[in-house]
Amino acid sequence: MSEFLAMGGYAAFVWPAWGLSAAAVAGLVVFAFAERRAARERLRRLESDEA
Amino acid sequence: MLSYFSNPQRFDGLARRVIPVLGVAAVLLLGIGIYLAFFGSPPDYQQGDTVRIMYVHVPAAYMAMALYAALAGASFVFFVWRHALADAAAAVIAPIGAVFTVLALVTGSLWGKPMWGTWWEWDARMTSVLVLLLVYLGYMALRAALEDAQQAARAGAVLAMAGVVNLVIVKFSVDWWSSLHQPASVIRFDGPTIHSSQLWPLAIMALGYTTLAAWLVFYRLRTRTLIQRARQIERRKLQAARKAGSGQGGAA
Repeated sequence: MSEFLAMGGYAAFVWPAWGLSAAAVAGLVVFAFAERRAARERLRRLESDEA
Repeated sequence: MLSYFSNPQRFDGLARRVIPVLGVAAVLLLGIGIYLAFFGSPPDYQQGDTVRIMYVHVPAAYMAMALYAALAGASFVFFVWRHALADAAAAVIAPIGAVFTVLALVTGSLWGKPMWGTWWEWDARMTSVLVLLLVYLGYMALRAALEDAQQAARAGAVLAMAGVVNLVIVKFSVDWWSSLHQPASVIRFDGPTIHSSQLWPLAIMALGYTTLAAWLVFYRLRTRTLIQRARQIERRKLQAARKAGSGQGGAA
């Protein structure tokens, strides 16, 4: 396990590259969900105002 | 085909069916890709375990370029045929492309330090990718700065099409100038020169990134329909309020 984590001595480069990639990709997905939720909420409020 | 799906309702019907398929495909491909990248592929005989950075660096760089090509293509369709959906696609693609460009630069830097001995070099490949990021950011800033939506769409489309010149420079920079960066080893006329044990995880990660980006684009396009509907209602309300206001003014 620790040998795997050491990445042949390159842990300081391999893990940040993968970690940042995972964080950015997850961030894009979370943003897309939040954007949809906010738009739906905005539309719901506007439509209930109108009625 | 293009004009068939430029009908908003028809597009929404298509998107609704495509989104879950893309989502499931992205999760599966990325899962398999991660497994292969760490457990199913050997360390490189020269680069050791730093080669595992390749499996996130190359797909990110490929998405940065593919999404720019999509942005420029959508801009062209909008510019010539005025399809509103093409403009919406362009607007939605830009920030996603910018994020992948940042990832390409950062993971490249993290790979460059141990293998080349430097985080950064102002050579043709790296500089042109940095310019690609600036074009993405400039495109987003331009659209945000222009208040008139139609004007923003047209100006954005012109900028996106002009930026294709830089995209070509990115692709061929490693052939035209001597660079620290290696030349193409996957997409080349005589076929890939990379060993299959490394090509497989790379191809699956790239496919995972592609389906994920497609998911993001379709998902955000559907959100944009909601936002546009909300804007319409707001405009209608504003007009109604103005009419009521001017009515009062006339009475006084």
